[in-house]
This record gives sequence, C-alpha cells and structure tokens, in this order.
Amino acid sequence: MNIRKDRRFFEEKLIKGIMRFCALLLAGLLILIVTTIAVKGFSALNLSMLVNTAKGGFYLGKEGGILHAIIGSFCIAGGATCLAFFISTPIVLYINVYRKKRSKLAELIRFAFNVLWGIPSIVYGAFGFTCMLFLGLKASLLAGILVITLVEIPILARGIDEVVQHVPIEITQAALSLGATTGETAWKVVIRQILPGIITAMLLAFGRGIGDAAAVLFTAGFSDYIPESLMQPVATLPLVIFFQLGTPFPSVQNRAYASAFILTLLVLSISLMARFFSKKLSRHRIDHM
Amino acid sequence: MHQQTHIEVKNLNVSYGDVKALHNITLAIPDKKITAIIGPSGCGKTTLLKSFNRLLDLEEGVKIKGEIFVDKENIFTPGLEPTHIRKKMGLLAQKPCPLPMSIFDNVAFGPRIHGLKNKRRLYGIVRYHLKQAGLWKEVKDRLYEPASKLSIGQQQRLCLARGLAVKPEIILGDEPTSALDPASSKRIEEIFKMLKSRYTIVLVTHILRQAKRLADYIVFLYNGELVEHGPADVVLAHPQQPLTQEYINGVVS
Repeated sequence: MNIRKDRRFFEEKLIKGIMRFCALLLAGLLILIVTTIAVKGFSALNLSMLVNTAKGGFYLGKEGGILHAIIGSFCIAGGATCLAFFISTPIVLYINVYRKKRSKLAELIRFAFNVLWGIPSIVYGAFGFTCMLFLGLKASLLAGILVITLVEIPILARGIDEVVQHVPIEITQAALSLGATTGETAWKVVIRQILPGIITAMLLAFGRGIGDAAAVLFTAGFSDYIPESLMQPVATLPLVIFFQLGTPFPSVQNRAYASAFILTLLVLSISLMARFFSKKLSRHRIDHM
Repeated sequence: MHQQTHIEVKNLNVSYGDVKALHNITLAIPDKKITAIIGPSGCGKTTLLKSFNRLLDLEEGVKIKGEIFVDKENIFTPGLEPTHIRKKMGLLAQKPCPLPMSIFDNVAFGPRIHGLKNKRRLYGIVRYHLKQAGLWKEVKDRLYEPASKLSIGQQQRLCLARGLAVKPEIILGDEPTSALDPASSKRIEEIFKMLKSRYTIVLVTHILRQAKRLADYIVFLYNGELVEHGPADVVLAHPQQPLTQEYINGVVS
C-alpha cells in the first residue's frame, strides 16, 4: 500500500518538475536571445543609428544608420496589417454571424485559412514576384505591402475567427431579438465583444509582417533611402540585418546585432501598447457566460 | 371565459437533424395574459418559445414545418423579414445577457437601431424603461458604466428594460429567473404581474410553483407533444390527462 502511495507522489512530483523545467527553459531562451543580441550589438548601438539613413559604404563599416529600414519596416507591416484587417474581418464576421458557424462554407473557408497559414513566406514572395513581372511592376513599397498583406491575412483571420467563435450565442440572440438585422448584430454588437481579440490578432500579424524577410526580398526590393512614394523600393529591418551579418567585417556584424536589438525592442513596445489598448477596449466585454 | 388570441400555432413540427423536438403543436396563446409553458427539461419548451420570434432559424440543422400567426400574420411567410417579428417581442434569456456596452447604451440600443437619434428623447426612453423594470434607482448615477458590472439580478432587469424599450407587444421569457437568487426572482415575478395588463407574456418555466403563482394559461409539453393546455385554474386544479396529473403531482419530472 505504502509503496504504491509513494509511487503516486513520485509521479506527481516528476510531472510537476518536467512542467516547471519546460517553462523555465522557455523563459531562459527568451532572456538568452535578448542578451545575446544586446551584448553583441551593444558596441555598435548608438543614437545616430536611429536618426540616420545608410550613407555610402555603410555596409563596409562607414557612417550611417538604419532609419530608412525602420521606417520601411513600419510602412510595410503597418500598411499590410491595416489592409489585412479590412479583408479578414468581413470574411470572419460573414462566416460566423451571417452564416451558421458550422456551415460547409464556413468550414471550407477555415480550411483555406489553415492551408494559407502554412505556406512559407518565400512562396508568397515568389508568387508576388511572378505577379509583378506579369504586370510589369518594379519592386516597391506597394508591392511589399500587398505581399505582406497576403502573408498576414490567414494569421489575422484565424486569430479573429477564434475569438468570434467564442462569442456567446446569447449575445447574438439578444441583439437579434431586439429587431436588429444580422448586419447590425455583427457590426455593432459582436465587434465590440471581440475588440480586444482583434487587437491581439493584429499584433500577431504585425509581428509576423515586420519580421518577415523572405516575402519582401523579391517584392519590396532594397534601398538606402526613406521611400517617398508607394512606387519606390524600400529597405526592411530583417534584410538590413541579413546584409550586415553577411559582410566579413566584425564591426558591421555588430551593427547587425544592434539592428536586431532595435527590431526586438520595437516589437516588444508595440506588444505592450497593444496590451494597454486591449485592456481599455475590454471594458464593456461580457465575460460571465 | 372569452379570450382574444395573440399568437396562434398551427401544426408546428420542429426537428434538429433527425431528432424531433416538437410534434404537431396546435395552440392559441391568449392576449394580455401570462401563459406558462411547463414540462420536464428537454420536452421542447424553449424550442417552442424560440420559434415564436424565429430565433430558431439560427440553430444548426433545424427544420420547421407548420404555421405560427402573430397578429394574424404567418411569421414563416417566405420573404418576411424576421426583424419585423422580433421587434414585436422582447426576449428574456435563461442567463441574463447584456450587450457589450454601457447600461445606457443597452437600453438605447433598440430605439437607436429603429431610427431614434434625438438625445433627449433617448434619455427619456431609457429612464422610463429602467423605471418600468425597477432598476432606475440603482443605476441612475452610473448609466455609462459597463453593463457587465451589474449583479446578475440587475442584469436581468436591464435585459427586461432593454426589451421593453423596443415597444413590443409580447414578452417571451425562457426560464428568466433560473439563474437568479430568490429575491431577484421575486422582483422579476412582481414586474411580470405589473406588466401583464399591457403585454402578452409567455414564460417557459420548470418551476411548477412559479407557474402557479403567475400563470393565467398553462401549456404542458411532454416529449415534444402538446399534452394539455387551458386556463391555469382549470389545468392546475383539474388536469384532464393522466400525464399532466402525474407531472403536477410530482410523479414525473
């Protein structure tokens, strides 16, 4: 009897131990990544990096900064996230509120999202490049935004779909029973309930967009300047990091780490901002269901 | 006893997939009275209630046959906008469900979607209906706070005010007191008694005593079949069907 009891307690402790270890491993990994890029990039990190664009010979170790890439990345990821939002939200509301949640069409569209979600971004890049060749377009900010929009739509749509599916059916019924049309129910009631979820999904999509190197490689091109129109090529942070790391000069490689550190800080601060806003927006959410 | 009919059900059959939920129901619900639909759980009470305002349309795989007339109009007429039917009926759900907005906006939601924009008139409507639901005193200083902050009993009265603000003729209650504490339930019951002179009220309840306290008319369902219906004093005191007798005496539940 006692041996069995001991064994049960041992198992309990072992499993708890494994779970704790995994959690610590993850936290440790995050700290390790951030410290690595911080330590390696520290020597190259300075303010002039943030306020200057790349000058001649920047990739050989001469003067300049990465402001053009920061702005480029923000334009691409920001523009793409907005576009993706305006495309994903109607789809998701349509399949969940206008149609029945488990209808064949809804399941088909969900399946399409899952497939699109799994396609590597280099394939999106190649697809975008083919389209550009067909239309006779050059690599530009606009093309970059459009391709990243394609990358982000499945992420955003899946994220929003997840939250819409959890909206209590009673809320929909309550709105409809007041004589609201399906449209009013979707756009005036359901959307309020899912606002915090939308913010989270947008953040995820934005993070993926700003970190993507493969899809913009062909489509957004590369430049040393801040873009002045949608039709100009534009640099992005991941590509700047890639090109700097690819040089044989240690000082330039350190700049790559500094750039990576800045990219990480940007994503982190946006994440914090999103949390702040999503808290504010969840004020009216109904969650006792 | 002469009674005017408000809702008339003719040969209503409802099934979910292959499961029959309601079988050949024919029934007349009297005007400006409280009708209680009673019966054991799973007997189709809620299905019957939700077919009145066509909320049943939302369920997955539902099939409806038959006719329901509200004010002599068949609500299943092809091409008829369900919003027109739903506007006539306020619904109180089992669990109170405020909309994700402020207390004020919850009550103003209905009038707003039906076209009222004037701020002063909206305020008047909100105040009037919160008073009707006995909630005004408790919330008048925090109208713009989230409705989810209210207690569950207050939320149910808010839902009632919200439903009344659309100026319905009928109030549908789907076990509206089942999630509430005894004091809140009592308040809701008192409000129903007060409202019945002006509204046709249809309540689903599994609490027999509640039906005895409130109902003028009783509808008894069992396994999707209409077993017995009639004035409450008759059905409750002298049930004709053996099944009704057993249910009222607590033999089956």
